[in-house]
Amino acid sequence: MRVSHRIVLHFPPAVTGQPIVYRLVRDYGLTFNILRASIGPEEEGLMVMELSGDEEAYRGATEFLTQHGIQVQPLLQDIRKNDERCVDCGACVGVCPTGALSLERPAMTVKFDADLCVVCGECVPCCPVRAMELRF
Amino acid sequence: MAKTLEEINEKIRRGEVVVVTAEEMVHVVAERGVARAAREIDVVTTGTFGAMCSSGAMMNLGHSKPRIKLGGGQVRLNGVPAYAGLAAVDVYIGATALPETDPRNAVFPGEFRYGGGHVIEDLVAGRPVLLEATAYGTDCYPRREIATWFTLQEINEAYLLNPRNGYQNYNVAVNSSERTIYTYMGTLKPRFGSANYSSAGQLSPLFNDPHYRTIGIGTRIFLGGGIGYVVWQGTQHSPATPRNDRGVPIAGAGTLAVLGDLKTMCQRWVRGASIRGYGATLMVGLGVPIPVLDEEMAAATAVSDADIQAPVVDYGTSYPEGRSDVLAYVTYADLKTGEIEVQGRRVPATPLSSYPRAREIAELLKAWIREGRFELSAPVARLPGADSGLLAKPMPNHPPDRQAPPG
Repeated sequence: MRVSHRIVLHFPPAVTGQPIVYRLVRDYGLTFNILRASIGPEEEGLMVMELSGDEEAYRGATEFLTQHGIQVQPLLQDIRKNDERCVDCGACVGVCPTGALSLERPAMTVKFDADLCVVCGECVPCCPVRAMELRF
Repeated sequence: MAKTLEEINEKIRRGEVVVVTAEEMVHVVAERGVARAAREIDVVTTGTFGAMCSSGAMMNLGHSKPRIKLGGGQVRLNGVPAYAGLAAVDVYIGATALPETDPRNAVFPGEFRYGGGHVIEDLVAGRPVLLEATAYGTDCYPRREIATWFTLQEINEAYLLNPRNGYQNYNVAVNSSERTIYTYMGTLKPRFGSANYSSAGQLSPLFNDPHYRTIGIGTRIFLGGGIGYVVWQGTQHSPATPRNDRGVPIAGAGTLAVLGDLKTMCQRWVRGASIRGYGATLMVGLGVPIPVLDEEMAAATAVSDADIQAPVVDYGTSYPEGRSDVLAYVTYADLKTGEIEVQGRRVPATPLSSYPRAREIAELLKAWIREGRFELSAPVARLPGADSGLLAKPMPNHPPDRQAPPG
């Protein structure tokens, strides 16, 4: 049976140099559509993609990814910034891998750009006042 | 010509006082010079808003019928243990206290969703808090158990009593290790992936009165949205820390112990906080007005981010071991650009204390003073200064199995 899933991949720094997506195509015959990606040398990488193909092959592919230290997370969430709770401290800005959370200078207020967000969820537990919310 | 504090207060009463924030004072002095600024500006307001772990609330809950002696017993507020080793119904809840049931770091990094700081926020927000206590019972206090909801306005005294707030400067935290670490300085990415700092810099109270000339015991302040007082030097007060040419300490130095009526505070300025992998705490808003008595104070309050250095310390290696080797010094002006240089590496820098909220506190305090709602108070005693030689000491190390107690 053919399946299609939207997933978030977390790449540890050691893996970002490897041609992982190519293997998904060659070894598992899957088709992919990269929705968002943030991958650089020696950094933790993030990729949001739609993977489609045979159900069995898809299961094998996710096992392959997990074995390579890549965390696979279903994309069925959305991140929101609750402005009532936010105190503009900046604790989230340092952990955001894509720059979706940034400081507006010189005011130093925290700005959230949902278009840059890959829903990695790192900001949610890092926010001291729980202003970053995961919506399903 | 020098002004006295009483002359400034008289101007406040007449509605003629001239107040600027510490941020504005930088520009005032740059444009008009120190001498003119000293004549024209009466008060400079400061502010800071961030996690201050050494904070807590003292409460008197009133007596129950029949009476219960909480002292020597066990007390929980919304499940969070409070200190009751005082008279019958006096209770102190610290910002970092956690329920016995909190998993802490058992699943690492822990979330610390609810602790003492959150209880204090709930009280300030007017929400009911559940008191649960057990006691041993005496002839005069026979009751052994109690459970009741209460709100802040229903109890007798309730005041924030923070043994250490308003640190005069602080470390910039980096992480040289191979893994992400979760510290009180926030989440730090491995291999110098991030630098976190926690000071309002030029807006922070003690940077604007580096030798504690006007900030002392009895100084009236903005605390948590209400009015409070400096009651002592804060714990770990280290005024003898090395200072730069301006007299500004180049590492953590002076601290303040502060007190204020919890019933006059508001939730915007008293916020429970959860520091991932570290613990629960309280974010506190603190602001101190500084009288511009003379040119020395005008010059001191004109301090800018570029004039203040902070030490970069490795929380991945040296800090946990009890050392604080300095990797570099950077200014708050450098930090606010969003990137600093540490031993040849470019490291993204982000704050942990809210600069917009610090500015808002300084603006609020300015408005209060202009409207005649807040007069300045002269300290009744000074805090120990640099000449005291005072530096925070490490914990004594006399393990009982190895040697006799000292002395």
